[in-house]
Amino acid sequence: MPLLLVFTTVVILPFLIGIGYSFVKWDGIPANPKVFVGFDNYVALFKDDRFLTSAWHTIAFTVLALVLVNVLGLLFSLLVTSKLRVGNAARTMFFLPNLIGGLILGYIWQFVFTDAFKFLGEKTGLDSIFFNWLIDPKFALFAMVVVFTWQMAGYTMIIYIAGIQGIPDELNEAARVDGANLWHRLTRIVFPLLMPSFTICLFLTLSGAFKIFDVNLSLTKGGPNNATEMFAMNIFNEIFGYGHYGLGQAKAIVFFIIVAAVTLTQVIITKKREVQY
Amino acid sequence: MKTTSRVAGNVLLLLLSLVFLSPIYLMLVNSFKDRAELYRNALALPSSFSFQYYSKAMEKMGFLTAFGNSLYVTIISVVFVVVLASMTAWMLVRTDDRLSRFIFLLFVSTMLIPFQTLMMPLMQVMDWIRTHLHIPMLNTREGLIYMNVGFHASMAVFLYHGFIKSVPVALEEAATLDGCSKFGVFWRIVFPMLKTITITVAILDVIAMWNDYLLPSLTLSDKGLRTIPLSTFYFFGEFTIQWNLAMAGLTLTIIPVVIFYVFAQKYIIKGIAAGAVK
Repeated sequence: MPLLLVFTTVVILPFLIGIGYSFVKWDGIPANPKVFVGFDNYVALFKDDRFLTSAWHTIAFTVLALVLVNVLGLLFSLLVTSKLRVGNAARTMFFLPNLIGGLILGYIWQFVFTDAFKFLGEKTGLDSIFFNWLIDPKFALFAMVVVFTWQMAGYTMIIYIAGIQGIPDELNEAARVDGANLWHRLTRIVFPLLMPSFTICLFLTLSGAFKIFDVNLSLTKGGPNNATEMFAMNIFNEIFGYGHYGLGQAKAIVFFIIVAAVTLTQVIITKKREVQY
Repeated sequence: MKTTSRVAGNVLLLLLSLVFLSPIYLMLVNSFKDRAELYRNALALPSSFSFQYYSKAMEKMGFLTAFGNSLYVTIISVVFVVVLASMTAWMLVRTDDRLSRFIFLLFVSTMLIPFQTLMMPLMQVMDWIRTHLHIPMLNTREGLIYMNVGFHASMAVFLYHGFIKSVPVALEEAATLDGCSKFGVFWRIVFPMLKTITITVAILDVIAMWNDYLLPSLTLSDKGLRTIPLSTFYFFGEFTIQWNLAMAGLTLTIIPVVIFYVFAQKYIIKGIAAGAVK
């Protein structure tokens, strides 16, 4: 099986070697020695303020993005499936940003947040909302959330639509006949039956948000003043920016453990809530 | 009353989706304006449609070369993933022993590993192959294709595996009795039945590979090898302040995506929905 060879050299081998690298001190130059330092890199990364701050950015970003992406995706899916005539056209438009790469999305929004927002603020007088978001540490993080949401909402919408279409019409009809209003039908019938879709969408947004890099690079480059530097970018900078190959790889291993633990926990929790009918 | 609320609903939904796409509008209108006009009003339609920034951006980005590189890398990678992963998954499903279960588990368990965990050691492995086995893995499009296949293998094997489990064995057994070779059984009987999941795998991988920035940025250093995301990155490094030129460049990169979307929308949406059922 040739695939196994490719897979081993590209994924398995680097993973195992990567664990080894996390125990050495090395600057990436082949001629220079790799010095074994045991767990020193792991101790050092927990004292690295910039790494810990990037962890908080990532967590704050992920929580906000998780909520916004899924609320919007769910809302879009309900609107699009509500038998309105423009439903299909709206679906097409909502999904479009997902096909554009994160790097390019970041650049488009860089223009929106800097020049278009500044212009809007000057014209409307609402300059407490419309100003250059990317120079304010807090708003720059929100800007990241907005772009990620713009990218992912359409994707989760597609998955929620598939879930909604899987719910038999009779169930909703029967409830309507019994006098249940829209809110009751949503919370008592639609949402519980959508639990499998929730599991998938939360998993996809959670792992996507945790691993975000492209949008980070093109929208803010981690700035202003590292205020939006996320996990992935911190690791990249540590290895290829500062040439701390060992320390950076130790961070990468910790990153893997966190991603795996968080996403698996989420899947286990939401799977338990799925109901059969 | 019912019809008015229906009309209102339609109008509102249409408005919502147009507002949602307003960044695309901003990108388009400002790609035609000169600097003064852009700063006078960033939201208005352009006073004239001149394509000068497009031709300039096209030239500065090396757009056609980048487009060709992206196309070459994406298509060949996807074909390899589909061919190899479907065969692998089929063999894993049909030979139900400990080894095949272990291999499948290996594929699945690596799906959670972030790229950042692998990128540095991967470069070391590829560099070792380059210097010791003299296979040019770095700074070649073929090397990038090799790594693309490796990274997308587990997801594809996982999707095919789940699908093949539901395909009945009876047909294959009948074909074997009729003297069909193992290879023939797969390509004539099994593979055609995998059409839906093949579309899913292909769509997901095309989107991911076409838009990937980090892996190509680590492996390709020659200017002539840059893919679209890479050339966009370098283009932006040079021309950030010239927004009209930048917007024309971004529009260029999006045109192929929109064309792909228009022609394959049905498959894309079905494929995404099917791929998510894990």
